Amino acid sequence: MSPEDNEELAGPRRVIGTPSSAPAALDAKPPVPQEAEDYVPTDPADMGRAKVAERLAAVCFLIAFVAGICFIVAYIGLEVGPNNGGNSVVAAMRSNYALGSSLGLALLALGTGSIIWVRHLTPNIEIEEHRHDLKSAPQDRAGFQRDFATGTAITQVTKRPLLRRTMMIATAPLALAPLLLLRDLGPLPGKSLRYTVWKKGTRAVTLGGNRPLRPADMTAPGSMITVIPEGYQDDPDALAKAGVILIKFAPGELHIPTNYDGGTLVSTMNWTVDNIVAYSKICTHVGCPVALYEQTTHHILCPCHQSTFDAANGANVIFGPAARALPQLPLTTDAEGYLVASSDFTQPVGPSFWERG
Amino acid sequence: MSDDAVKIPGALSGVGGWLDDRFHGARGVRVLMKKVFPDHWSFMLGEIALWSFVILLLTGTFLALFFVPSTTDIVYHGSYTKLNGIHMSEAYASTLRISFDIRGGLLIRQIHHWAANLFMVAICAHMLRVFFTGAYRKPREVNWLIGIVLFTLGMLEGLFGYSLPDDQLSGAGLRIFEGVLQGIPIVGTYLAYFLFGGAFPGSAIVPRMYIIHVLLIPGLILALISAHLFIMFHQKHTQMPLHGNTEKNVVGQPFWPYFMLKGQAWFFFIFGALVVLSTFAQINPVWLYGPYTPLAISSASQPDWYMGLLEGALRIMPAWEINFLGHTLSLSVLIPFAVPLGLIFTGAALWPFFEAWATGDKAEHHVNDRPRNAPVRTGIGVAAISFYGVLWAEGANDVFADKLQIPLYTITWIARFAVFLVPIGAYFVTKRICLGLQRKDAELLTHGVEIGVIRQLPHGEFIEEARRLTDEEHAVVASKRIPAALPGPGKLDPNGIPEPAGRGPVGWARGVANRAFTESIVPDGHGNGHGEHNGHAVADGEHAAITGGDSGDHHG
Repeated sequence: MSPEDNEELAGPRRVIGTPSSAPAALDAKPPVPQEAEDYVPTDPADMGRAKVAERLAAVCFLIAFVAGICFIVAYIGLEVGPNNGGNSVVAAMRSNYALGSSLGLALLALGTGSIIWVRHLTPNIEIEEHRHDLKSAPQDRAGFQRDFATGTAITQVTKRPLLRRTMMIATAPLALAPLLLLRDLGPLPGKSLRYTVWKKGTRAVTLGGNRPLRPADMTAPGSMITVIPEGYQDDPDALAKAGVILIKFAPGELHIPTNYDGGTLVSTMNWTVDNIVAYSKICTHVGCPVALYEQTTHHILCPCHQSTFDAANGANVIFGPAARALPQLPLTTDAEGYLVASSDFTQPVGPSFWERG
Repeated sequence: MSDDAVKIPGALSGVGGWLDDRFHGARGVRVLMKKVFPDHWSFMLGEIALWSFVILLLTGTFLALFFVPSTTDIVYHGSYTKLNGIHMSEAYASTLRISFDIRGGLLIRQIHHWAANLFMVAICAHMLRVFFTGAYRKPREVNWLIGIVLFTLGMLEGLFGYSLPDDQLSGAGLRIFEGVLQGIPIVGTYLAYFLFGGAFPGSAIVPRMYIIHVLLIPGLILALISAHLFIMFHQKHTQMPLHGNTEKNVVGQPFWPYFMLKGQAWFFFIFGALVVLSTFAQINPVWLYGPYTPLAISSASQPDWYMGLLEGALRIMPAWEINFLGHTLSLSVLIPFAVPLGLIFTGAALWPFFEAWATGDKAEHHVNDRPRNAPVRTGIGVAAISFYGVLWAEGANDVFADKLQIPLYTITWIARFAVFLVPIGAYFVTKRICLGLQRKDAELLTHGVEIGVIRQLPHGEFIEEARRLTDEEHAVVASKRIPAALPGPGKLDPNGIPEPAGRGPVGWARGVANRAFTESIVPDGHGNGHGEHNGHAVADGEHAAITGGDSGDHHG
């Protein structure tokens, strides 16, 4: 069917001045080849345009070639690492820019050239393929069922339940073997999540400096410092649970929990020394270090998920997803006047877990 | 074959013959060469994911030659002098070495990281395209499910990948991961201890993540991508509702040479774009973060974008925890971990089957829907995007608070409401927009395209001239296929008995869903107007009527 016939038969009537409803590309398209013998043009319709496109694509490929050479030159010419005499960060940056821009240019030029090639140097052939039902023909299904049933009958599996069941029993323990073999991936948690390495008399030393602290070292109210148990500075497993923040309060700011029986003061929780209070640094939500302290409000903020704790009131949660107060470490001083723990934490530190209770 | 076809060189034809002697390939490969691939820009999104994955394999292999997956503590003395004398793991030190001492190492590292982000973006975009065009419908449900698994694997692969350098930021991420694992009921602490080989951080996690990251998950992804492509190839690609495209054909260009050439060009473009990005846009500068220590943290700690949803879900939660019988159920960890992604992935996985059930549509679909023609689906999709988007943005609430000078807690409170309200609003607004666009289509079908000419008729009436849609336009505009309506909820037959399909609460629910799915704007096909120059119809006044599901069979 010629394009004209097509227009005449199926085309809509056109209002003068509107674009043709039948795009030129469709009309110019050669007939759909169904058989190998069909004629397929191998040249584009517009040879003049193809000539321009060919040159453009060739320019792109030449650019890619030059950029590729630049990449090799940059690799050989620009040293990185400690032996180049200069600043290694600058050297790495220079090498990165040179290698990256040349490689990027080469790839983009290759891509551009390829796309010019395929779009303007090939004839615009569109072909149609028929879809067949994905569903098999009824006789094929029936045949499959028959063969499968025959095969199953040959195995005797339906006729001999003893065989079938004993085989199933035989595989059951082996199916558990892979799980069993994973058992030694790690120790059982046991009670280890309940305790830290703090114990009575463990000195609190500064993180980084490993210097023990006297109460007088924290002079300015509002200051916060991270401390760790002495002797564990190189044990990340211990530190991941035992990190502690010390906060110094001005007199009267710290609300120490008290226990009254009627009007009588039964006990005061005496876990602080000289208005210095120690809280676990491990957030009770998912375990980030609670590192931000705002002295005017006494808020401790976890930067990960913004659980906020009130340091002046037992580190109770005042916002965010953490459900528990930061555990408090009982503080005292030793004979030399240094800050020490008077025991381990009295409750598990860090994120909640099933067995915590 | 064409007359001016290229003469095949003897050597090549010899090799071909040698292979065919052994594999009987000529016929099969010929069919593959002529395999038709429909052309549409949105069909290239999945290809971005594919090529990103290829680039990830290439760059990842390079990185594996230099990376040392070990937490053994060493003291650094290397090119990055600012960290000289600092204790760090071999993993972190080898990452510094890749960045500063290996030529091209920094570039390849950054390409690897950018490609991982692009991989996930492309999967997301591709899945949204498939969802909004209904390309997951029969017979492609299995490929849709494979896609969801690939997305999940990609998230896990990315998490383990960016945690490998053992820098401060990724260590904080691992700490959170460990805390979340601990929060899982009954088995949580066991899972955490088995994965980490004991207490956090231990020394086992880096080598374990490494083998999972370079072998286990990439192997699974490779196998699933192969299955995904094979199924796509076997079932033939869907096509857009264009003139000449039917459920019984597939129109496009053959694999050889068109798709090969275009695929090659697209690979070069994607690779080139990633290289340029990696050259000029710094990503994950681990040397600035420092080595991981368990007691340090920085604010504005955000994970890679595809984990942002989980991060936001953790931040948005109120402090919920249940204690009973000596056990703790940490809801403020469990809910963010399981519910948002569970909703999205389970919802996405069940959706094709839900839609088929609600519409009673058991037919094969190879021509894609326009999103407007499936308002419920499009509405649900946009609602899901907005749900994801709110949680994702909440994952950066501290950055918003800092940049916009809005109090942090205010942002979280807004997000706590928005996560419920925005998706509901998005659903209804989207559905109305879809129906509005359908109304516009109905008008085009009945009225034609206004051409800007106003004419006065002999009796004085003014009419606006319109031209009929071209066949190409008509094929697109008239592509709407509304599923046939099932009996409405509570509908009775003449004897006062509920229809079999509508019995019981399930039948009632199906009826409600079906009414929603079949809501459509149908054109008033028999306009009464001035149609002498207009083949379809011209009508004045109201052209379209809104109909519910139980008013019959509509084919717009």
